Amino acid sequence: MDNLLSIVTFLPALAALILALFLRGGDAAADRNAKWLAMIATSATFVISLFILFQFDASNTGFQMVEEGTWIMGMNYKMGVDGISVLFVMLTTFMMPLTILASWDVKLRVKEYMIAFLLLETLMLGVFMALDLVLFYLFFEAGLIPMFLIIGIWGGKNRIYASFKFFLYTFLGSVLMLVAMVAMYADAGTTDIPTLLAHEFAFADFEVLGIHIVGGLQTMLWLAFFASFAVKMPMWPVHTWLPDAHVQAPTAGSVVLAAILLKMGGYGFLRFSLPMFPVGSEVMAPLVFWMSAIAIVYTSLVALVQEDMKKLIAYSSVAHMGYVTMGIFAANQQGIDGAIFQMISHGFISGALFLCVGVIYDRMHTREIDAYGGLVNRMPAYALIFMLFTMANVGLPGTSGFIGEFLTLMGIFQVNTWVAAVAASGVIFSAAYALWLYRRVVLGDLIKESLRTIQDMTAREKWIFAPLVVMTLWLGVYPAAALDIIGPSVEALVGNYDTAVAAADLGGPTVAEANH
Amino acid sequence: MISADLNIILPEIVLAVFAMLALIGAVYTGKDKLAPVLVWASAAVMLVMALWIGTTGGQDQTAFWGMFTDDAFSRFAKVAILLSAAVVLLMSEGYMSRHGLLRFEYPVLVLLSVVGMMVMVSAGDLMTLYMGLELQSLALYVVASLRRDSERSTEAGLKYFVLGALSSGLLLYGASLVYGFAGTTLFSGVIAAATEGHMSIGLLIGLVLMISGLAFKVSAVPFHMWTPDVYEGSPTPVTAFFATAPKVAAMGLFARLLFDAFGGAIADWSQVVALLSLLSMFLGAIAAIGQRNIKRLMAYSSITHMGFALMGLAAGTEFGVQAMLVYMAIYVTMNVGTFAFILSLSREGQPVTDIGALGMYSKREPGKALAMLVLLFSLAGVPPLVGFFGKLYVLQAAYGGGLAWLAVAGVIASVISAFYYLRIVYFMYFGEEREDALDTGGSPVLWGFLMVSAFLMVAGVVNLFGVEGAAAAAAATLVN
Repeated sequence: MDNLLSIVTFLPALAALILALFLRGGDAAADRNAKWLAMIATSATFVISLFILFQFDASNTGFQMVEEGTWIMGMNYKMGVDGISVLFVMLTTFMMPLTILASWDVKLRVKEYMIAFLLLETLMLGVFMALDLVLFYLFFEAGLIPMFLIIGIWGGKNRIYASFKFFLYTFLGSVLMLVAMVAMYADAGTTDIPTLLAHEFAFADFEVLGIHIVGGLQTMLWLAFFASFAVKMPMWPVHTWLPDAHVQAPTAGSVVLAAILLKMGGYGFLRFSLPMFPVGSEVMAPLVFWMSAIAIVYTSLVALVQEDMKKLIAYSSVAHMGYVTMGIFAANQQGIDGAIFQMISHGFISGALFLCVGVIYDRMHTREIDAYGGLVNRMPAYALIFMLFTMANVGLPGTSGFIGEFLTLMGIFQVNTWVAAVAASGVIFSAAYALWLYRRVVLGDLIKESLRTIQDMTAREKWIFAPLVVMTLWLGVYPAAALDIIGPSVEALVGNYDTAVAAADLGGPTVAEANH
Repeated sequence: MISADLNIILPEIVLAVFAMLALIGAVYTGKDKLAPVLVWASAAVMLVMALWIGTTGGQDQTAFWGMFTDDAFSRFAKVAILLSAAVVLLMSEGYMSRHGLLRFEYPVLVLLSVVGMMVMVSAGDLMTLYMGLELQSLALYVVASLRRDSERSTEAGLKYFVLGALSSGLLLYGASLVYGFAGTTLFSGVIAAATEGHMSIGLLIGLVLMISGLAFKVSAVPFHMWTPDVYEGSPTPVTAFFATAPKVAAMGLFARLLFDAFGGAIADWSQVVALLSLLSMFLGAIAAIGQRNIKRLMAYSSITHMGFALMGLAAGTEFGVQAMLVYMAIYVTMNVGTFAFILSLSREGQPVTDIGALGMYSKREPGKALAMLVLLFSLAGVPPLVGFFGKLYVLQAAYGGGLAWLAVAGVIASVISAFYYLRIVYFMYFGEEREDALDTGGSPVLWGFLMVSAFLMVAGVVNLFGVEGAAAAAAATLVN
């Protein structure tokens, strides 16, 4: 199959089109058909995407399964995967059937709901596969539209505020990246990502409005991309849209947001910022380190005092993304390996945690921590699963959460010991908020009158969690399954980065030199 | 000699003769009873002309000793003008007759203003420029006050006329200065006198005054004041017309004047146009936030869009002109769809313009709401819709022309303007359901234009329907 990637990408969109054009009526039968079609489409996408994984040759560090066609404005429609992106593609196709399954009880405008999620899947997959700058931007930005509608239509009480904040915040970040892309096109004369990766952008210092810019054009471009990805990630202090969006979004929306959409920021750093602007990255790395360290400590503390379960997990996500950004800009093998691993593992864990909240929310229609307590008495299976993912979130060895945190800390330790020390304290904070949450919700006596009749998980809910449990434990015990795929590409990336930074000769010790 | 010249302006002659015959015919026979037929006939004639101009005419030629230019640029603009005017005429027929506004003068006036616009974009001389502009404007003043018994409509017409006359005065004064200092009214003569660094002060003042006059026509800030009032006061089909064809014509004339007559002094006008662009983008984006009337909102929206189109011109490059043309083509297509939607809004037969009335519209009319959603995101410039490519084009042009600051300002303005487009989405999809719901169903013609326009916004992502190539050819003939 020559166009495997396009098939995987556009299959969900095709299903959405079929739903939009041919499904009539708003009765229960139509709703059921919509759900089943969405389920079949996302499952089929996952199955077909397995072929990408099978065909993928980890030892090849270039782009594989590349497709190319001409497009407008001298740009190309070009898709491909490499060791950095292939696991994100798999994560997306893996999570989508689960989110559809998790939305089985949606009652409101089921057809539109499924269309929105299917379109979202196409756009997310496109982000990870696009090999053209503008094509990437197109997928990256277009994802805002379905997510805006998902939060706005199917969200909670304060959904309007959250949806506008989500859209405008991320839109503002991204448009600066668009200007940077225009500048890159003007500089390199192409929007082809593989060519741009080989292109050396100017890094001679210059002055803008009297401010001396070290690293010149590279630093400016880096900052513009940073504006976009830092918001998407999200990094402290531009993370404030995330708790609102998470709290208001429906369960499936939160799962997609936490598991996949946040990873676009990290992916962007790895695809653009680090390899294309090595000098800019080198100059700005200390800023990223400290922002990450602050994010880890600060948002962990904020998570500690949350009264809303979803908000708590949202803040915990911000903290965990802090490890990712820190690992990426450490720019060494362990750091980047760990960052990618952490993103994949966080996809499973945070997705599962939001699903855990969804399970009890569906029963009690509240996310207040105070409304619960002693659930273990009535819901033993739930208590077990929730405990597993709480522990994984804390980073208990044996779960995938541990590997990611450990590797990123190891990576950053080689570059900046102080940042590593501050960040390591986050491990303790995360244990504090996660375990405390678990104690308040699950353990203790069942004293709340309203909880006396609560039912344990249904078979459907158990089936949603089963694959997530397997993946979390498997990657925790055998991380090489993922690291072997990531490794060679990361090695090539780090090699190019070190060469570029050494050639630039910034003066003074640099991250790259500290690595050796 | 004369016959060759007449051949070149044959499309304009055909339209003008048809307009006058229609006028005489209608006066002596059925008067307003003939109006629907006239609307359809005028639209058909314009479509045929668009087809004719679009498919014929290979080489560039001039008529009347250079006073009238027929080149790829003017053909591109003329096709856009004719198509959009024809489409708006077709859309207005149902609405006008339902509200008793369909007089036979309406299609005739639209035709005459279209002739004016065609002359404008072909102007090769200050006289031609002014003739075209006035023919277009005078017809538009009357059309604005078509609803004679409405205070708002007559106010719109009068306001438009007074301010328009002022701007014409500025333009004319500028033109006379240019003539005085260049010694000729021909663009080809002016360009020889107006070269970089050697512009006499009189020419410079003339240039600035002419830019001010034209800025009024494209409703660029600070010459935009008439726009919201005229848009709101005029009958909605007329507003739709204002928002499309005249904007293309004015932009075309703007480009023609700047490049054909002052192409040697780009540095002298680039900053002025860049400033107009900056102010338009921001004022349009910010002022639209408070609007509840969708017609006023669209007025500010069009001010923002003109700011973006001017960004392409400000670049002062061939690519900039191409970007401007692509932007205008996309803008017109989006506006046709949006106004088809606005025209179809009614409650118990009465037109509705309050955006609050759209509460939960998506439940009653899922298809139309979805199409409007697509158009709104396209207007906001969110990919993958075609509106995004228009923005990308002008951003590229601005950056390439050394106006990186303008590109950054432009994207920030586009974020601000996204807010009010999103607000309409909010009313349609997340809002409260209202007791006094809007009518469903409605004219199939409007439905069709809305759907086609939305479809183009989505499908255009594949190849922009070849507009690029035509715009590139047009820009190449203008900038050489």
